[in-house]
Amino acid sequence: MKKVLLSGNEAIARGVYEAGVRFAAAYPGTPSTEIMEQFAKYDGVYAEWAPNEKVAVEVAIGAALGGARALAVMKHVGVNVAADPIFTVSYTGIEGALVIISADDPSMHSSQNEQDNRNYAKFAKIPMLEPADPQEAKEFVKLAFQISEQFDTPVFLRTTTRVSHSKSVVTLEEPLAPQDKTKLAHHSLKYVMVPINARMRRIEVEKREQALRHFVETFSENRMEINDPEVGIITAGMPYNYAKDVFPDYSYLKLGMVYPLPVRMIKHFAEKVKKIYVIEELDPYLEEQIRALGIKVTGKEIFPYTNEFDPGIIKNAITGSSQGAVSPYKDTLALRPPNLCPGCPHRGLFYALKKSKAYVHGDIGCYTLSYLKPLEGLHSCICMGASIGMAHGMSKALQEKGKGKVVGVIGDSTFLHSGITPLLNMAYNNSDALIIILDNSTTAMTGMQEHPGTGYTLMGKEAKKVNLPVLVSSLGIENIRVIDPNNLKETQVAIKDELASSGPSVIIAQRPCALFKRANLKPVPSLKIDPDKCEGCKVCLGLNCPPIAWKEGITREGSKRKGIAVIDETLCNGCGLCAQVCKYNAIA
Amino acid sequence: MKDNKVKSILFAGVGGQGILRASDIMSLAMMEAGFDVKKSEVHGMAQRGGCVTSHVRYGAKVYSPLAEPGTIDILVAFEKMEALRYLKFLSRDASIILNTEEINPPAVNMGESPYPPDIIDFLKNHYAKVIALNAAEIAQQAGSIKAANVVLLGAVSNLADIDRSVWEHVIKKSFPQKLIKLNLEAFQKGIAA
Repeated sequence: MKKVLLSGNEAIARGVYEAGVRFAAAYPGTPSTEIMEQFAKYDGVYAEWAPNEKVAVEVAIGAALGGARALAVMKHVGVNVAADPIFTVSYTGIEGALVIISADDPSMHSSQNEQDNRNYAKFAKIPMLEPADPQEAKEFVKLAFQISEQFDTPVFLRTTTRVSHSKSVVTLEEPLAPQDKTKLAHHSLKYVMVPINARMRRIEVEKREQALRHFVETFSENRMEINDPEVGIITAGMPYNYAKDVFPDYSYLKLGMVYPLPVRMIKHFAEKVKKIYVIEELDPYLEEQIRALGIKVTGKEIFPYTNEFDPGIIKNAITGSSQGAVSPYKDTLALRPPNLCPGCPHRGLFYALKKSKAYVHGDIGCYTLSYLKPLEGLHSCICMGASIGMAHGMSKALQEKGKGKVVGVIGDSTFLHSGITPLLNMAYNNSDALIIILDNSTTAMTGMQEHPGTGYTLMGKEAKKVNLPVLVSSLGIENIRVIDPNNLKETQVAIKDELASSGPSVIIAQRPCALFKRANLKPVPSLKIDPDKCEGCKVCLGLNCPPIAWKEGITREGSKRKGIAVIDETLCNGCGLCAQVCKYNAIA
Repeated sequence: MKDNKVKSILFAGVGGQGILRASDIMSLAMMEAGFDVKKSEVHGMAQRGGCVTSHVRYGAKVYSPLAEPGTIDILVAFEKMEALRYLKFLSRDASIILNTEEINPPAVNMGESPYPPDIIDFLKNHYAKVIALNAAEIAQQAGSIKAANVVLLGAVSNLADIDRSVWEHVIKKSFPQKLIKLNLEAFQKGIAA
């Protein structure tokens, strides 16, 4: 069979396709996004971006109740959004099959927290598989669909960033032909979760848990590797690879299924080895359950609770060495914090907003990058959609003290994800805050995914495009302005006026993401700074635009200047913001 | 390869330099040559002007896609000062391939912090093998500055024990038809540099 190099995410998409599954829904989120992008490329599939994870799961549940084998994909925090339907579909089960992928992000490479979603499996009583590399990712997602069908249960597949985004050799197999088992079948006692039925299903859940506990004892992907009997390691997922890298000779119990756990197998393993380490990133999830069996293990007393591991962390913890590898270079190196791109439409907006001195509630998207100096554009950021509710709450609590001083900013994709209901609330409860929708025509942070405001679907078909001003108006908001954030004067005036006006206001700042190819077909010439006109005032540097740099020592007779600003023409995309802030007309 | 030991390469630089493409090509070449391969990379925030790194590991059997700090055999620094950021990952007898191109971090651009001086001398004082080249200039000679990443791969290929034909085969598969000649030339110039 053909061998290829695949990322964990690509391998999952391939596995879903090989399993004959043809239905999937998701909301993009790092590190999960590529699963859907790859799956959508296969022939004969139906794949959609839903506006948020809750909707994606509900779409997949609906498909599964119609007999389809369905997939829902999200990042770890997306499971929070989708938790409501997930906890109850655990009771109902499905007609076809349902697999939910949770892509966790230990170390928060691109997330606001590093919650350990293995806890969701135990909490919602849903079996969970955890692959350690791309080959396993492909196989495990197939097994997940089999378990879902066999036990009439949703099944979680959990990855971490390091599994999703690492690449390795994967053996491809012939895809199974999809079997159409869809039909309308009425089983109201099973699917109408009113209390009397839910109580019946609650008992079925416990029966299923019992059956699964029996099943996991012989499940092929829970495996013992007995080598050196002195030390045994119990682990799952990517940490297995880290441990094998530095301790190849120890004995291992590698768990492919992290809920429910194979109790007899764990006890059996404990009898075969003298000292046991439980190696897991984030929570002591396995450790606590294994200790509850009365087995003595070493875990979080030596391994960190926080951040992802690597082979060195495991080696140092077990050998007791506090000394990691050291660099011979001792000086501090200037950091390279991520920044808004050249030409980013958020830059003008936040430059103007800073002048208002308002308290700005941020949201999830590229614009969180504006929080850094010198823009310092926002002052809070919790989760998707939170900016609007938080701005409203702060404005209500502060009353007169907060008047004209509280703003929420939210991207277009994030607004459609979970910003509509809090904005409805602002109209309903007559808020005084200002909300700015940063409409860059795409889901930029995760890499230009379509959403209901872009006019296209994941499959590339033209779609209904939501009209944001009409939507906002229909929620009951009366003060609405649409502006171009690259027009600084217009932006400043709009912010000033709408902060002063009473009642809720919405400014829609419309300009496509600078990297969004479909919207930026005409290249704009880059700008230059005239060294004769530049007075070295550094105002343009306050934009924190990557091409603009300070050149020390270029003085001029009759001027107090100590240097000039210069533009790297290879990076500049000609947005013209710096020319608007220059008081000496030096930039053109 | 002379033994079964896993070899680890660290690619490091700044978002936009083609680091992930280069580590992909190297991984494919090692797979084609019959090795087990794993590579790691992190997407997301790091793409936007931030630091980008990728580990490539190959051998008879590779478990971890991340190398243990202190064990990297070859550092490929796509930007000069980025080489300094990852020295704790290197083994004592590591080789360094250094692109002498400088990309200022924001603090240097703002005039708040100097660009570190004497990087090449520092590296040569601490590591036995430092190959410094201006990959951007060499790529320009081959036809496009964008092929700087493939120039660096040419330099890496001198230290990795697989046949040149495998590299060329993978490079041909990795680019659209019109860019193949340019990239093969960039690769050749990297070998000679």
